[in-house]
Amino acid sequence: MRDYDIIVVGGGPAGLAAAIEAKKNGVDSILILEREIELGGILQQCIHHGFGLHVFNQELTGPEYAENFINETKELGIEYKTDTMVLDVTDDKTVVFVNAVDGYQTLKAKSVVLAMGCRENTRGAIGIPGSRPSGVLTAGAAQRLINIEGYMVGRQAVIMGTGDIGLIMARRLTLEGASVKAVMSRRTYPAGLMRNVVQCLYDYNIPMMLQHTVTKIHGKERVEGVTIVSLDENRKPIPGSEQYMECDTLLLSVGLIPENELSRKAGVTMDKNSNGPFVNESRETNVEGIFACGNVLHVHDVVDFVTEESRTAGRAAAAYVLDRAPASASTISVTPGKDINYIVPHTIDPEKVEEEIELMFRVSELFDDSRIVVKKDGETVKSKKKARMYPGEMEMIKIKSDILEGSQNSNLTVEVEEVPDKNE
Amino acid sequence: MYDVLIIGAGVTGASIARELSRYDLKVCILDKNNDVADATTKANSAIIHAGYDAKPGTLKAKFNALGAPMFDQICKELDVPFKRIGSLVIAFSEEEMKTLESLYEQGIKNGIENIHILDKAKTMELEPNLIDSAQGALHAPDGGIICPFELTVALTENAVENGVDLFLNQQVIDIEKNEKEFKVITQKEKFTAKYVVNCAGVFADTIYHMVTPTDFHITPRKGQYFVLDKEAGNFANTVIFQCPTPQSKGVLVTPTVHGNLLVGPDAEDLNDKTDLDNTRERLNFVRENAKKTSENIPFHLTINIFAGLRAVPDTGDFIIGESEKVKGFINVAGIESPGLSSAPAIGNYVKDLLLDKWEGLKEKENFNPYRRKVVRFNELTPQEITDLVKKNPSYGRIVCRCELVTEGEIIDVIHRKAGATSLDAIKRRVRAGMGRCQGGFCGPRVMEILSRELNMEMHEVVKDSPESKILTGKTKCSEEEH
Repeated sequence: MRDYDIIVVGGGPAGLAAAIEAKKNGVDSILILEREIELGGILQQCIHHGFGLHVFNQELTGPEYAENFINETKELGIEYKTDTMVLDVTDDKTVVFVNAVDGYQTLKAKSVVLAMGCRENTRGAIGIPGSRPSGVLTAGAAQRLINIEGYMVGRQAVIMGTGDIGLIMARRLTLEGASVKAVMSRRTYPAGLMRNVVQCLYDYNIPMMLQHTVTKIHGKERVEGVTIVSLDENRKPIPGSEQYMECDTLLLSVGLIPENELSRKAGVTMDKNSNGPFVNESRETNVEGIFACGNVLHVHDVVDFVTEESRTAGRAAAAYVLDRAPASASTISVTPGKDINYIVPHTIDPEKVEEEIELMFRVSELFDDSRIVVKKDGETVKSKKKARMYPGEMEMIKIKSDILEGSQNSNLTVEVEEVPDKNE
Repeated sequence: MYDVLIIGAGVTGASIARELSRYDLKVCILDKNNDVADATTKANSAIIHAGYDAKPGTLKAKFNALGAPMFDQICKELDVPFKRIGSLVIAFSEEEMKTLESLYEQGIKNGIENIHILDKAKTMELEPNLIDSAQGALHAPDGGIICPFELTVALTENAVENGVDLFLNQQVIDIEKNEKEFKVITQKEKFTAKYVVNCAGVFADTIYHMVTPTDFHITPRKGQYFVLDKEAGNFANTVIFQCPTPQSKGVLVTPTVHGNLLVGPDAEDLNDKTDLDNTRERLNFVRENAKKTSENIPFHLTINIFAGLRAVPDTGDFIIGESEKVKGFINVAGIESPGLSSAPAIGNYVKDLLLDKWEGLKEKENFNPYRRKVVRFNELTPQEITDLVKKNPSYGRIVCRCELVTEGEIIDVIHRKAGATSLDAIKRRVRAGMGRCQGGFCGPRVMEILSRELNMEMHEVVKDSPESKILTGKTKCSEEEH
């Protein structure tokens, strides 16, 4: 088997966009490796609409959005292998994979794009007490069973967590005739996008219970019910508030975790806050020529932003292959300030910023009428007023290149500044 | 009519069955669950104890000392992963160093020779993550780790290959005895047998009570555990026990044979023999007590929690032997810790006890002690993978991405003797779904494989027990298609 200029690990929206962009920027020898039996990644099970507003200016379903990229991949003649599992990626950009056709293969690449996506947090990881019957699933697993396999997972569901997949599945279950008794958030606001709360819960009269959580699962064989409890402002259970809720299904939508097992093998350094690699403005990791994009880098809220980010990575990978462009010599570091969970990218080479650069980040709490403030070495260089910010929505702010010019070895921080209440 | 009927397909019942399968006897095992190893055997510390812990003179001490050295041979024959990584009992004070000395003395009395007391420096060298207050340890280099359900699946499979009949989902509800035989009545069928071996775990007293007023009582003692990601597997190099105190036996921290980290258990006596609930209080207790061993156990890497029941006899020791009141009824009861470590020796002992009932019984010529080798994808060399995939492409198709389990391995364990019929049975045999995503990704694919290979509908696939169906029917539009 021959070697490739670029190997893309993962054929979901991130991998496809990166591969297409690399091809358009002059690299011909590209291979996409996808573990599922078809390209498109998790979009294939997202049969609801709402994708593509930014990239295509229209509302598409997940499979439609994916199809645009799959078609383009094929039209451009980009090679791909599905049903193929990447076993190892090394820091010298050797990629090991296995599948039923080629067996065990070792390939060399000049550049590798990591686009493995993310996985869902599980019942075991968060340690929900109680019994271990059937009927406890992650929202994404339920989504696959219903939308791809065509089977129902239950008739009476409680959904723990208000991540976007949980919200989407509340509506999906309802449309399939199941009753969704409650969708619970531990916080005073939901974890997912407000638009999903409106379109998936409010429009279907599905009760959202804020400051509630499941403390016990009942049922020896199949779920028979759950004990739920109210939480105080510190998210601690309020004694005496326990109530029993009958159900045959508990769906979990309690967080997504970037799947960076291969990144670690490749020697890529991780950011504890984003759970993804440290990257520069080109989405290049600390390992020269290894790039990361999409949900493996940080969990995005909307796929359109995955596409945009992955195009950046694809372009940069192509440039790396064609020019053997040296890694940034001196850079600006970007760090999260007050009330910011993480920021991507982590470093910026001002030389590489043409007109402007977009910082992607998430805030740590719900903020109304507040400001995002960007500071360079302590001095405010940009600020933007926001009517509402919450962790479920990824925030973005653009920084013009002139702000960064001549700023090697500076530090950029982003923080939330709460604007005092007008009435005070 | 069976010569010997064994009630309970846990590690003890399976060990006895395999030993008996060497002889020309008609043997069967009944189990109330949908799989073997589906009770106490599937949820414990998975340790092969060196044997210093039991009181000298007890059956526990005897069978532990005899059983522990047998594992190398058995695991080789049955192709079961087993590692003698050694165990440490840590003393956290000078006072506890004295306890170690008496444990050492006890070990010597039990015939365990390969044990040593280590000073602080040597102890820390073996386990750099130990807390500073560790003073020293009792080191037993022969202590081991094993996967108890893989062992039991292998024992049963080998027993069945050698002629033993296995009946699952058969709950014994009554036993009648006449001059010649026992009638063992389940919710479905009647079995007759000359001898009955009671390996019913926490229900052994209930079973015995069916033939005579019970003279022992089994208390279910629950223990809860944390399983941590393989990323945490190197946190400990050996099985780390805490020095027992009058209040507590302590919490252990150990790598598992598959490279995870296991932390637990607590001990809680129950009345309900089916209560396997995890509770926040007890899990917190385990977590807090584990801090005594090390303050930086990476609990944030927890991938699962579980609970198991120990079968604690009120006699204080294993109850092994023919009932004096009911001839032909053999109790193998109260097999709490070190039950797993003792199982091979118990199997041997009960086999000898039964062989005495027949004159001149010889070992079968065609007895095969070996189980057909199991393919473990993640242990294969690149060349082995390539060759295997050429012969059978399903070994190139990874179904469980976290544990790297191929479709070929899953199909194999479905079609083996004592094969898997449920999602959990697959998980116990090949670890698909045992990893960090806990079956979130591979669950649906494993269900498809089960449905295809066993020729059943997707929505008939169960998680574990027959009522634990995962799906409730087709969706509206897939119904229309059909």
